[in-house]
Amino acid sequence: MMNEERSLLEAERAADETTFTLGGALRGARSCAPSAVSGFAIGLVFGVLARQAGLGAAEAGIMSALVFAGASQFVVLGLWAAPAPVAAVALAALIVNLRHLLMGAALAPHFRGLSRLKAYGSVFFMADENWALAMGEFDKGRRDAAFLIGGGFVMFASWTTSTLIGGSLGQNFGDPARWGLDFAFTAVFLTLLCGMWRGRSDLLPWIAAAVVAVAAERWLPGQWYILLGGLSGSLAGVMRRGS
Amino acid sequence: MDLDPRTVLAIMLMALATYATRASGLWLASRLPISERTEAWLGYIPGAILVSLVAPVVVSGGPVEVLAALAVVMVAIKTGNLLASMLTGVGAVVILRALIENLS
Repeated sequence: MMNEERSLLEAERAADETTFTLGGALRGARSCAPSAVSGFAIGLVFGVLARQAGLGAAEAGIMSALVFAGASQFVVLGLWAAPAPVAAVALAALIVNLRHLLMGAALAPHFRGLSRLKAYGSVFFMADENWALAMGEFDKGRRDAAFLIGGGFVMFASWTTSTLIGGSLGQNFGDPARWGLDFAFTAVFLTLLCGMWRGRSDLLPWIAAAVVAVAAERWLPGQWYILLGGLSGSLAGVMRRGS
Repeated sequence: MDLDPRTVLAIMLMALATYATRASGLWLASRLPISERTEAWLGYIPGAILVSLVAPVVVSGGPVEVLAALAVVMVAIKTGNLLASMLTGVGAVVILRALIENLS
Protein backbone atom coordinates (compact mmCIF):
# COMPACT_ATOMS: atom_id res chain seq x y z
CA MET A 1 0.00 0.00 0.00
CA MET A 2 2.69 2.45 1.07
CA ASN A 3 4.80 1.45 -1.87
CA GLU A 4 1.94 1.85 -4.25
CA GLU A 5 1.19 5.30 -2.91
CA ARG A 6 4.78 6.33 -3.13
CA SER A 7 5.19 5.10 -6.69
CA LEU A 8 2.03 6.95 -7.66
CA LEU A 9 3.39 10.13 -6.12
CA GLU A 10 6.67 9.64 -7.88
CA ALA A 11 4.93 9.09 -11.17
CA GLU A 12 3.00 12.30 -10.68
CA ARG A 13 6.10 14.24 -9.81
CA ALA A 14 7.93 12.81 -12.80
CA ALA A 15 5.05 13.93 -15.01
CA ASP A 16 5.42 17.47 -13.69
CA GLU A 17 9.14 17.60 -14.18
CA THR A 18 9.84 18.21 -17.81
CA THR A 19 13.59 18.40 -18.22
CA PHE A 20 15.75 19.68 -21.07
CA THR A 21 19.21 18.15 -20.81
CA LEU A 22 22.17 17.41 -23.03
CA GLY A 23 21.65 13.72 -22.23
CA GLY A 24 18.11 13.92 -23.58
CA ALA A 25 19.33 15.63 -26.75
CA LEU A 26 21.96 12.94 -27.28
CA ARG A 27 19.35 10.22 -26.79
CA GLY A 28 17.22 11.89 -29.42
CA ALA A 29 20.19 12.20 -31.76
CA ARG A 30 21.02 8.51 -31.40
CA SER A 31 17.42 7.39 -31.95
CA CYS A 32 17.14 9.55 -35.05
CA ALA A 33 20.35 8.34 -36.68
CA PRO A 34 18.64 5.71 -38.89
CA SER A 35 16.02 8.24 -40.00
CA ALA A 36 18.82 10.66 -40.78
CA VAL A 37 20.37 8.01 -43.04
CA SER A 38 17.16 7.75 -45.07
CA GLY A 39 16.86 11.52 -44.86
CA PHE A 40 20.30 11.76 -46.43
CA ALA A 41 19.20 9.62 -49.36
CA ILE A 42 16.02 11.64 -49.87
CA GLY A 43 17.99 14.89 -49.56
CA LEU A 44 20.28 13.75 -52.38
CA VAL A 45 17.22 13.15 -54.51
CA PHE A 46 15.81 16.55 -53.57
CA GLY A 47 19.05 18.29 -54.53
CA VAL A 48 19.11 16.53 -57.89
CA LEU A 49 15.48 17.37 -58.65
CA ALA A 50 15.95 20.98 -57.50
CA ARG A 51 18.71 21.41 -60.05
CA GLN A 52 16.52 19.89 -62.74
CA ALA A 53 13.75 22.34 -61.74
CA GLY A 54 16.12 25.28 -62.31
CA LEU A 55 17.32 26.07 -58.80
CA GLY A 56 21.01 26.47 -58.06
CA ALA A 57 22.72 24.10 -55.62
CA ALA A 58 23.18 26.97 -53.13
CA GLU A 59 19.52 27.97 -53.44
CA ALA A 60 18.42 24.39 -52.85
CA GLY A 61 20.70 24.22 -49.81
CA ILE A 62 19.28 27.47 -48.42
CA MET A 63 15.77 26.12 -48.89
CA SER A 64 16.61 22.92 -47.02
CA ALA A 65 18.17 24.90 -44.17
CA LEU A 66 15.42 27.50 -43.78
CA VAL A 67 12.32 25.45 -44.62
CA PHE A 68 13.52 22.02 -43.43
CA ALA A 69 10.32 20.21 -44.45
CA GLY A 70 10.86 17.62 -47.16
CA ALA A 71 7.33 17.04 -48.44
CA SER A 72 6.64 20.73 -49.04
CA GLN A 73 10.01 21.22 -50.71
CA PHE A 74 9.28 18.46 -53.23
CA VAL A 75 5.80 19.88 -53.92
CA VAL A 76 7.22 23.34 -54.54
CA LEU A 77 9.67 21.97 -57.12
CA GLY A 78 6.66 20.91 -59.17
CA LEU A 79 5.48 24.54 -59.21
CA TRP A 80 8.83 26.16 -59.92
CA ALA A 81 9.14 28.45 -62.96
CA ALA A 82 11.67 30.95 -64.30
CA PRO A 83 10.64 34.03 -62.31
CA ALA A 84 9.93 32.21 -59.04
CA PRO A 85 6.15 32.10 -58.37
CA VAL A 86 6.54 33.62 -54.91
CA ALA A 87 2.93 33.54 -53.68
CA ALA A 88 2.12 30.08 -55.05
CA VAL A 89 5.23 28.63 -53.48
CA ALA A 90 4.57 30.16 -50.06
CA LEU A 91 0.93 29.04 -50.11
CA ALA A 92 1.91 25.50 -51.11
CA ALA A 93 4.37 25.33 -48.21
CA LEU A 94 1.68 26.53 -45.83
CA ILE A 95 -0.86 23.93 -46.99
CA VAL A 96 1.48 20.96 -47.17
CA ASN A 97 2.82 21.73 -43.71
CA LEU A 98 -0.52 22.23 -41.99
CA ARG A 99 -0.07 18.82 -40.37
CA HIS A 100 2.57 20.51 -38.19
CA LEU A 101 -0.32 22.23 -36.40
CA LEU A 102 -1.55 18.88 -35.12
CA MET A 103 1.97 17.71 -34.34
CA GLY A 104 2.79 20.87 -32.37
CA ALA A 105 -0.48 20.59 -30.48
CA ALA A 106 0.38 17.01 -29.52
CA LEU A 107 3.75 18.22 -28.20
CA ALA A 108 2.26 20.96 -26.04
CA PRO A 109 1.45 18.86 -22.93
CA HIS A 110 5.04 17.59 -22.90
CA PHE A 111 6.56 21.04 -23.38
CA ARG A 112 4.75 22.58 -20.40
CA GLY A 113 7.21 24.42 -18.19
CA LEU A 114 9.86 24.93 -20.86
CA SER A 115 11.12 28.45 -21.54
CA ARG A 116 9.83 30.09 -24.71
CA LEU A 117 13.24 29.97 -26.35
CA LYS A 118 13.56 26.23 -25.76
CA ALA A 119 10.00 25.42 -26.81
CA TYR A 120 9.81 27.61 -29.91
CA GLY A 121 13.42 26.92 -30.84
CA SER A 122 12.78 23.18 -30.63
CA VAL A 123 9.76 23.22 -32.95
CA PHE A 124 11.83 24.71 -35.78
CA PHE A 125 13.55 21.31 -35.86
CA MET A 126 10.32 19.30 -35.69
CA ALA A 127 10.18 16.81 -38.57
CA ASP A 128 7.90 13.79 -38.90
CA GLU A 129 10.52 11.30 -37.73
CA ASN A 130 12.01 12.99 -34.67
CA TRP A 131 8.54 14.12 -33.63
CA ALA A 132 7.17 10.56 -33.85
CA LEU A 133 10.15 9.19 -31.93
CA ALA A 134 9.80 11.91 -29.30
CA MET A 135 6.10 11.16 -28.84
CA GLY A 136 6.99 7.49 -28.36
CA GLU A 137 9.60 8.52 -25.80
CA PHE A 138 7.12 10.69 -23.88
CA ASP A 139 4.56 7.86 -23.97
CA LYS A 140 7.05 5.69 -22.11
CA GLY A 141 7.14 8.29 -19.36
CA ARG A 142 10.51 9.81 -20.17
CA ARG A 143 10.18 13.56 -19.89
CA ASP A 144 13.29 15.03 -21.45
CA ALA A 145 11.99 17.55 -23.99
CA ALA A 146 15.46 18.04 -25.52
CA PHE A 147 14.95 14.67 -27.23
CA LEU A 148 13.13 16.43 -30.07
CA ILE A 149 15.78 19.02 -30.85
CA GLY A 150 18.61 16.49 -30.46
CA GLY A 151 17.01 14.31 -33.13
CA GLY A 152 16.18 17.41 -35.15
CA PHE A 153 19.83 18.55 -35.30
CA VAL A 154 20.89 15.20 -36.77
CA MET A 155 18.07 15.26 -39.31
CA PHE A 156 18.90 18.89 -40.15
CA ALA A 157 22.60 18.20 -40.67
CA SER A 158 21.92 15.25 -42.93
CA TRP A 159 19.13 17.02 -44.87
CA THR A 160 21.12 20.16 -45.65
CA THR A 161 24.42 18.48 -46.54
CA SER A 162 22.72 15.88 -48.73
CA THR A 163 20.76 18.62 -50.54
CA LEU A 164 24.02 20.43 -51.33
CA ILE A 165 25.66 17.21 -52.53
CA GLY A 166 22.64 16.25 -54.63
CA GLY A 167 22.51 19.77 -56.04
CA SER A 168 26.14 19.58 -57.12
CA LEU A 169 25.66 16.13 -58.65
CA GLY A 170 22.77 17.52 -60.67
CA GLN A 171 21.77 15.40 -63.63
CA ASN A 172 24.34 12.63 -63.11
CA PHE A 173 22.27 10.74 -60.56
CA GLY A 174 19.59 8.88 -62.47
CA ASP A 175 16.20 7.70 -61.25
CA PRO A 176 15.94 7.45 -57.43
CA ALA A 177 13.32 4.68 -57.71
CA ARG A 178 16.05 2.45 -59.13
CA TRP A 179 17.76 2.59 -55.74
CA GLY A 180 14.54 1.95 -53.84
CA LEU A 181 14.95 5.33 -52.16
CA ASP A 182 11.36 6.33 -52.81
CA PHE A 183 10.37 3.67 -50.25
CA ALA A 184 12.85 4.61 -47.51
CA PHE A 185 10.55 7.00 -45.64
CA THR A 186 7.57 4.69 -45.93
CA ALA A 187 9.67 1.99 -44.26
CA VAL A 188 10.69 4.39 -41.49
CA PHE A 189 7.10 5.51 -40.89
CA LEU A 190 5.85 1.91 -40.84
CA THR A 191 8.44 0.98 -38.25
CA LEU A 192 7.54 3.95 -36.07
CA LEU A 193 3.88 2.93 -36.36
CA CYS A 194 4.63 -0.60 -35.13
CA GLY A 195 6.12 0.94 -31.99
CA MET A 196 3.04 3.12 -31.48
CA TRP A 197 0.48 0.35 -31.36
CA ARG A 198 -1.18 0.62 -27.94
CA GLY A 199 -3.72 -2.13 -28.40
CA ARG A 200 -7.16 -2.64 -29.93
CA SER A 201 -8.30 0.88 -29.09
CA ASP A 202 -6.01 2.04 -31.91
CA LEU A 203 -7.67 -0.16 -34.51
CA LEU A 204 -10.63 2.10 -35.33
CA PRO A 205 -8.70 5.39 -35.51
CA TRP A 206 -6.01 3.81 -37.67
CA ILE A 207 -8.53 2.31 -40.08
CA ALA A 208 -10.38 5.63 -40.26
CA ALA A 209 -7.12 7.47 -40.96
CA ALA A 210 -6.13 4.97 -43.66
CA VAL A 211 -9.49 5.07 -45.45
CA VAL A 212 -9.74 8.87 -45.44
CA ALA A 213 -6.08 9.34 -46.42
CA VAL A 214 -6.29 6.91 -49.34
CA ALA A 215 -9.53 8.49 -50.60
CA ALA A 216 -8.22 12.05 -50.19
CA GLU A 217 -4.94 11.22 -51.87
CA ARG A 218 -6.84 9.87 -54.84
CA TRP A 219 -9.44 12.60 -55.24
CA LEU A 220 -8.00 15.79 -53.75
CA PRO A 221 -5.04 17.74 -55.13
CA GLY A 222 -1.82 18.17 -53.19
CA GLN A 223 -1.08 16.86 -49.74
CA TRP A 224 -4.42 17.39 -47.99
CA TYR A 225 -4.62 13.66 -47.39
CA ILE A 226 -2.10 13.77 -44.52
CA LEU A 227 -4.01 16.41 -42.61
CA LEU A 228 -7.46 14.95 -43.35
CA GLY A 229 -6.38 11.42 -42.46
CA GLY A 230 -4.74 12.60 -39.25
CA LEU A 231 -7.81 14.60 -38.24
CA SER A 232 -10.37 11.91 -38.97
CA GLY A 233 -8.31 9.15 -37.39
CA SER A 234 -7.71 11.03 -34.16
CA LEU A 235 -11.31 12.25 -33.96
CA ALA A 236 -12.59 8.71 -34.54
CA GLY A 237 -10.46 7.62 -31.60
CA VAL A 238 -11.92 10.21 -29.23
CA MET A 239 -15.51 9.72 -30.37
CA ARG A 240 -15.35 5.97 -29.82
CA ARG A 241 -13.96 6.61 -26.35
CA GLY A 242 -16.73 9.06 -25.54
CA SER A 243 -19.57 6.70 -26.43
CA MET B 1 27.18 30.65 -56.39
CA ASP B 2 24.62 33.01 -57.89
CA LEU B 3 21.49 33.71 -55.91
CA ASP B 4 18.41 35.04 -57.62
CA PRO B 5 16.75 37.61 -55.30
CA ARG B 6 13.25 36.54 -56.29
CA THR B 7 14.09 32.90 -55.58
CA VAL B 8 15.54 33.85 -52.20
CA LEU B 9 12.37 35.83 -51.41
CA ALA B 10 10.22 32.81 -52.32
CA ILE B 11 12.33 30.60 -50.07
CA MET B 12 12.11 33.08 -47.17
CA LEU B 13 8.32 33.20 -47.44
CA MET B 14 8.17 29.41 -47.60
CA ALA B 15 10.31 29.30 -44.48
CA LEU B 16 8.06 31.78 -42.65
CA ALA B 17 4.89 29.89 -43.62
CA THR B 18 6.43 26.59 -42.53
CA TYR B 19 7.66 27.90 -39.20
CA ALA B 20 4.22 29.39 -38.57
CA THR B 21 2.69 25.92 -38.92
CA ARG B 22 5.28 24.49 -36.53
CA ALA B 23 4.86 27.15 -33.85
CA SER B 24 1.11 27.80 -33.92
CA GLY B 25 -0.03 24.29 -32.95
CA LEU B 26 2.16 24.43 -29.87
CA TRP B 27 1.09 28.02 -29.17
CA LEU B 28 -2.64 27.29 -29.44
CA ALA B 29 -2.55 24.07 -27.46
CA SER B 30 -0.49 25.55 -24.63
CA ARG B 31 -2.85 28.51 -24.33
CA LEU B 32 -6.16 26.69 -24.29
CA PRO B 33 -7.11 24.65 -21.25
CA ILE B 34 -6.56 20.97 -22.04
CA SER B 35 -9.43 18.73 -20.97
CA GLU B 36 -9.11 14.99 -20.60
CA ARG B 37 -10.91 14.61 -23.90
CA THR B 38 -8.54 16.96 -25.69
CA GLU B 39 -5.59 15.12 -24.24
CA ALA B 40 -7.00 11.82 -25.48
CA TRP B 41 -7.45 13.39 -28.92
CA LEU B 42 -3.85 14.62 -28.94
CA GLY B 43 -2.75 11.10 -28.02
CA TYR B 44 -4.42 9.67 -31.13
CA ILE B 45 -2.76 12.16 -33.48
CA PRO B 46 0.70 10.54 -33.92
CA GLY B 47 -0.62 7.17 -35.07
CA ALA B 48 -3.28 8.74 -37.28
CA ILE B 49 -0.73 11.00 -39.03
CA LEU B 50 1.72 8.17 -39.63
CA VAL B 51 -1.05 5.92 -40.98
CA SER B 52 -2.06 8.74 -43.34
CA LEU B 53 1.49 9.14 -44.58
CA VAL B 54 1.92 5.44 -45.24
CA ALA B 55 -1.48 4.12 -46.37
CA PRO B 56 -1.70 5.84 -49.80
CA VAL B 57 1.84 4.73 -50.73
CA VAL B 58 1.10 1.11 -49.85
CA VAL B 59 -2.46 0.93 -51.18
CA SER B 60 -1.95 2.68 -54.52
CA GLY B 61 1.55 1.28 -54.98
CA GLY B 62 0.70 -2.27 -56.00
CA PRO B 63 2.07 -5.70 -55.03
CA VAL B 64 5.70 -4.56 -54.68
CA GLU B 65 4.86 -1.91 -52.10
CA VAL B 66 2.44 -4.19 -50.23
CA LEU B 67 4.99 -7.02 -49.98
CA ALA B 68 7.79 -4.64 -48.99
CA ALA B 69 5.54 -3.10 -46.35
CA LEU B 70 4.77 -6.55 -44.92
CA ALA B 71 8.48 -7.33 -44.76
CA VAL B 72 9.13 -4.05 -42.97
CA VAL B 73 6.38 -4.69 -40.42
CA MET B 74 7.71 -8.19 -39.73
CA VAL B 75 11.26 -6.97 -39.16
CA ALA B 76 10.01 -4.02 -37.11
CA ILE B 77 7.97 -6.24 -34.78
CA LYS B 78 10.73 -8.81 -34.46
CA THR B 79 13.73 -6.52 -33.97
CA GLY B 80 12.33 -3.08 -33.23
CA ASN B 81 15.39 -1.81 -35.07
CA LEU B 82 14.72 1.20 -37.31
CA LEU B 83 17.81 0.84 -39.47
CA ALA B 84 17.24 -2.89 -40.02
CA SER B 85 13.63 -2.44 -41.09
CA MET B 86 14.44 0.54 -43.30
CA LEU B 87 17.12 -1.44 -45.12
CA THR B 88 14.70 -4.37 -45.41
CA GLY B 89 12.11 -2.12 -47.03
CA VAL B 90 14.51 -0.50 -49.49
CA GLY B 91 16.12 -3.85 -50.32
CA ALA B 92 12.76 -5.58 -50.80
CA VAL B 93 11.55 -2.86 -53.16
CA VAL B 94 14.73 -3.04 -55.28
CA ILE B 95 14.68 -6.85 -55.49
CA LEU B 96 10.95 -7.15 -56.19
CA ARG B 97 11.05 -4.44 -58.88
CA ALA B 98 13.99 -6.17 -60.57
CA LEU B 99 12.13 -9.52 -60.42
CA ILE B 100 8.99 -8.07 -61.96
CA GLU B 101 10.99 -6.35 -64.68
CA ASN B 102 12.72 -9.62 -65.61
CA LEU B 103 9.51 -11.63 -65.55
CA SER B 104 7.52 -9.30 -67.75
